[in-house]
Amino acid sequence: MGEFEVHRVRFFGLVPAGVRCMAYQHRGCRLALARTDGAVEVYNFAANYFMEKAIPGHQTRSVEALCWAAGERLFGAGLCGDITEYDLERLHPAYAVDGFGGPIWSMAANNDGTQLAIGCEDGSVKLFQVVPGGVQFEKNLDRQKGRVLCLSWHPSGTHLAAGSINFIRVLDVRSGRTAQRIMVNYHVPKSKKRECVVWSIAFLSSGTIISSDSFGRVQFWDWERGTLQDSHTVSTSAALSLAVSEEEDSIVVGTSAGATYQFQLLPVKTGGQEKRWVKTKPFQHHTHDVRAVVHTPTALISGGLDAQLVIRPLMEKVQKKSYDAVLRKFTLPHRRLVSCARKARLLLFQFSQHLELWRLGSTNKTGKDGEVLPLSRMPEHLLQLKSKGPEHIYCSCVSPCGSWIAYSTASRFHLYRVQHEGDNISIKKVPGVPKLLLPAYQLQCASDSGRLFIASDRGSVHVVQLLEPGGCKHLHTLRPPAGTREAVYLLASSADGNWLAAVSGDWEAGLCHHCTVPTYSCAVTALAIHPATNNLFISYSDQQVGLFEFSIPEKQYTAWSRSVQNSGLHRLWLERDSPITHIAFNPKNTSQILLHDVYMLCVLDKSLPLPDNNALLVNQSTLKQLSEPARHRQLHAFKICKKFQPLLFADLLDERCLVTVERPAADINAELPPPVQQKKFGT
Amino acid sequence: METSGYNLTLNGLVSDQKPLGCWSVKHGQIITCPVVCNFETHEYIAVHDNKVLRIWKDKDVNLDKVFKATLSAEVYRVHSLPHAEPLVLFRGGGVRTLDVLLEAPQQEIEDVISDEVIKWSEAFLEGQQPVLIFVTEKDGDFFVYVQKLKMRSLHKYKLEQQELSNPLCFTAYIKKQIITLLCLYSSDSIYKVLIPLQQNSEEEEQTLSKSLLLNLSISGSVLKGTSFVVLDKDHVAVLGSLAASDEESKECLTIWNTKFQTLQASKELPLGTSGQLWCYGEKFFFTHGKVLTVVIYKCETSSLAAAVGKLKDSQTSDLCSFLNWNTLQDEELLVSCQSQQSAALKSESTMTLRSKKSTVENIQPGASTIGQLLLSIKDASTAAVEDELRQLLSKVQRPDFQAAIGSVISALINRCKTDPAFYPRNFLIQMIQKRELSYSLCPDLMAVALEKKDVHLLQICLQRFPDIPEEITYACLKVFLSISDEYLERTDVDLESVISYIDIEPNNKEVKTEVVENGFSTELEEDGCDVTGMKEIHMMDSVEFCPVGPQKAALLNAVLHSAYSETFLLPHLKGLPAQQAVLFLRYLHYLYVKCSERINTTLPGVLSPTVSQIMDWMCLLLDAHFTVMVMLPEAKRLLSSMHKFVRAQVRFYSELNKIEGSLQELQRIKCQTDTQAYSIEVLELI
Repeated sequence: MGEFEVHRVRFFGLVPAGVRCMAYQHRGCRLALARTDGAVEVYNFAANYFMEKAIPGHQTRSVEALCWAAGERLFGAGLCGDITEYDLERLHPAYAVDGFGGPIWSMAANNDGTQLAIGCEDGSVKLFQVVPGGVQFEKNLDRQKGRVLCLSWHPSGTHLAAGSINFIRVLDVRSGRTAQRIMVNYHVPKSKKRECVVWSIAFLSSGTIISSDSFGRVQFWDWERGTLQDSHTVSTSAALSLAVSEEEDSIVVGTSAGATYQFQLLPVKTGGQEKRWVKTKPFQHHTHDVRAVVHTPTALISGGLDAQLVIRPLMEKVQKKSYDAVLRKFTLPHRRLVSCARKARLLLFQFSQHLELWRLGSTNKTGKDGEVLPLSRMPEHLLQLKSKGPEHIYCSCVSPCGSWIAYSTASRFHLYRVQHEGDNISIKKVPGVPKLLLPAYQLQCASDSGRLFIASDRGSVHVVQLLEPGGCKHLHTLRPPAGTREAVYLLASSADGNWLAAVSGDWEAGLCHHCTVPTYSCAVTALAIHPATNNLFISYSDQQVGLFEFSIPEKQYTAWSRSVQNSGLHRLWLERDSPITHIAFNPKNTSQILLHDVYMLCVLDKSLPLPDNNALLVNQSTLKQLSEPARHRQLHAFKICKKFQPLLFADLLDERCLVTVERPAADINAELPPPVQQKKFGT
Repeated sequence: METSGYNLTLNGLVSDQKPLGCWSVKHGQIITCPVVCNFETHEYIAVHDNKVLRIWKDKDVNLDKVFKATLSAEVYRVHSLPHAEPLVLFRGGGVRTLDVLLEAPQQEIEDVISDEVIKWSEAFLEGQQPVLIFVTEKDGDFFVYVQKLKMRSLHKYKLEQQELSNPLCFTAYIKKQIITLLCLYSSDSIYKVLIPLQQNSEEEEQTLSKSLLLNLSISGSVLKGTSFVVLDKDHVAVLGSLAASDEESKECLTIWNTKFQTLQASKELPLGTSGQLWCYGEKFFFTHGKVLTVVIYKCETSSLAAAVGKLKDSQTSDLCSFLNWNTLQDEELLVSCQSQQSAALKSESTMTLRSKKSTVENIQPGASTIGQLLLSIKDASTAAVEDELRQLLSKVQRPDFQAAIGSVISALINRCKTDPAFYPRNFLIQMIQKRELSYSLCPDLMAVALEKKDVHLLQICLQRFPDIPEEITYACLKVFLSISDEYLERTDVDLESVISYIDIEPNNKEVKTEVVENGFSTELEEDGCDVTGMKEIHMMDSVEFCPVGPQKAALLNAVLHSAYSETFLLPHLKGLPAQQAVLFLRYLHYLYVKCSERINTTLPGVLSPTVSQIMDWMCLLLDAHFTVMVMLPEAKRLLSSMHKFVRAQVRFYSELNKIEGSLQELQRIKCQTDTQAYSIEVLELI
């Protein structure tokens, strides 16, 4: 197929924010996750753990607790003192209600999802009623000194357990009185008494309260008598988080040393009635604090300050042993944070509050496979564009010619004209940007850099004409014929400028003013329109189906796509666990398509036969050792390269030039604060 | 066990092969029915001259002087039953229990059958009730009588007639209130007749229908049965003559599977039999020539696989033991011969009988199985045993050969223990070398070899056996160290493990000895402390000479080679005499220096000890004998030399450590260059 000159970029200094809290919705198999920068993400476990929705963060809006309540409504509460409901269709905070108790440290919804309890800085626990369209203050429960760091409802909804510094309180919900007060470090000698922070708490239906505290203890209390039943020290540092399975026979504890532990309620003797909590499995997947844990029926999920989301399936609960039982780690977002100006060879990196524009280096040498070529020009950091205000950037884009940069925050849309004069660069804000319905969820520039497409809510796409030397005009707004409430999160435009494909949150891939691609019950992870054939290429998060090619002019799937669906994809291809986040095409060869996910880069050659399950999928190194005729027999459509990992972005600059943006985990770790000091032998 | 003749009874235990007692009636008198034993009272009951009952015990010698009762009617047979009074069946069909009879010996005995002749009778116990069954004949018609004594009921049945053939022999068993009568007909078939025991209606005589159970024909030839017994629900044994069409008939004992209609096993009896076959407790008894032959049999659950001979270890009928009638007094033997039915052999002398017997054994070499071999190992001469062992080894390997070999070796070892002259060394060595044996398969082998100081065998065992206990390993070590090199030079030891690093040529050795003498110069010993490692290695000239002879070295290598656990070996090792410990340590030191001479620290050659084995043993030996070593003057030099060598090595390796660190750093630097922030690389996709 040939040699590529790969621009291997590792200077994108992205540091994903740490995971602060998580909430799992059992019915919809969705996990809501809040990061330390206030961003909220929703992962759909049914759709192969795809990050379905992302609400960018906000400088002042930290999220300390997340709750699913009243069905599929997501509430967050944070140190700003507000309860916030998130609009998961329009992907922004819908409203915020002041708790009037100072910073909110904890929030818990009761089993029915009708009431929210918040624990405040001033020591109060307040109840809010979840009503349609909002939340309503219901009552204050007994207030005592000391911030309420964690809350847990008794499954019956009659009592609340609240963990503070040095003590746990049990509150009667109806009367609002404190029914029990447990000192957690009562038996510690006075001389050694330090402050003991109860970081997390769980109230079981049996009346047992489980607490995890800053001494690294997991303790089991009888709430009525206020006595300690059992105590396990899991760590020398704090045990930060705690989650209970629905059957209440298993808990998972996260510690600040990055370890998670599973405890199980097991009979003391086989067949016996007496059961005890036993520490069964330790896991060390994180390097930093594990601030959030979730226990789903089949897996332990932990999120740490090292920004990793780890899903550890419980082997005994998984039906299919092979694929579902795999440990999954997600560090990088499933969103595109890099945009590439192919002609100008520029890369635009999107950070939470600023953008960076880089020019790629170049070489005038050629070489053989695997060689590193000497650089004739170094890559250049052209500019850094800081977003004003506390809001984080939703999306950004650079035009193919490299002279336009656009980005959007929750409330503002910015367009810049970049002037390249030799080595000098100047930037000018484009005035008179039309007042559009914001936020914009995705920006896409037409390939001739003449138009900008702005994805907006309710399935609409705004079309803005970019005018030289530095102006713009809102041409029109495209709306889906059927109408939808969900925002558009992916865009793709055709090279000839005639077609635009958009995907909204209800997974409908629509072609504006033309037709809708048959809906498939799975999230679209990437799409692109072929510049020559105008075929729409779609990849879905569900690996079982994976790839589709849809002919726009004929309004149907192409023959190739049908043959792929009939013959099925290779087993190993289906077992990948990260979604394809970008699709690009070879401008000179219509049959070649570039796909990539976090762990691999693949050039798909449609002219070659598909591999069957017996064939070797990743066969490049094998092929290189074969003679020419033997090679020919072994060729198949998927040319996979796993050299570049973890891969944030890959694109074809031209038919012989590739750009890859990697973000090695070691580089991320280097930028994280040091973890809890652990004494290592010999240091 | 008991058997009976016409005028002789004899009684012996099968396991002893010795008659326990012998009684005979007066001349002219004839014992008219088989002598039985009353198991309740341990009395023997005999009837002579049809009417005279004799009862005696073991201690009685003369039959004439024992209890005697003359009866009023002729006795057909006495049946003895366990836990019940013996039954006496009279020729007229009357039955009495013995005690009733003895109360009034002259009592009137009724005639049940008019002019029928009793052909066969048998007695059973059915739920504490004695049941007697007998078959009579009259003009070609056969009748079956079933008599229940307690019920005083007698049933008469007529046996269904068979065209052109008559029943020759009967046997019966009782099960679940049903008597199964098996009849061997002259048409070479066995028929089965079922007789219900619960027969309440006093009907007229019923005719019993019979069904064919077994046809005694083997691929064309027919077995003319003369006598048969039932072994279990699926097996019968038939004694008879096998008449092939073209050959003369041969007598043989056969076991048949009635379920699959197959011949399960057969045994030729070339000397002829009396045509009678008895079976008690899984043993057949029959006369074979002049010999009472006892054959042990075993019936396994019948399965199709067994029937077609595909099952491993299917029932085997091993010729187990003989009750040799030749041990009787010649006179008596002659008497018995006269009375025997097989008169052909009557005139033959005892000598010829003996030779006959040995020919019997030779005729059946196929049957000389492991079991027989085991027997012969017990008492046969060394030459004979070795001959047989050779035969065994040359035979095709059977699937169960491994286990069999284990038992053969155990038997040999047992013989060795009891008979000091017996020691089939070559066979044992051959066995160990050829087969995958283990210590646990023949646990006493090494103990015996240790006793005999058979170092070669021990060496092979140490090399081959995976599971030698530490105690035995230690014992071997001790023996090896204690035997002098001069003695070992004369023995045959496998030198493979030492040949590549010890010069075996004696003249070379002498030259080396000289070098050693010079090497032990004191000045080198003393200034060696602070010199560099290289210098110290030079000093190791002192250990260039092997402290033991090559034979001993090979033996010690075998010890080093064997697996052990430190915990279990250490306590034994403490018992090693100090001189031997020093010698061993010296040898280990020598090996260690030899190892260190080579860059990969391995000794050349097959089965030579590895450096870690040497080090482990060194440590172990020092652990076990630390105080002794410290105290012993002759060990002092060795220890200091060892210490210097080890110290030199440690220094050398610490230098290597430094180099390794630097190289690692280089590797790290190379890795770092790999992860620069930007590069343009060439990627070829095919």
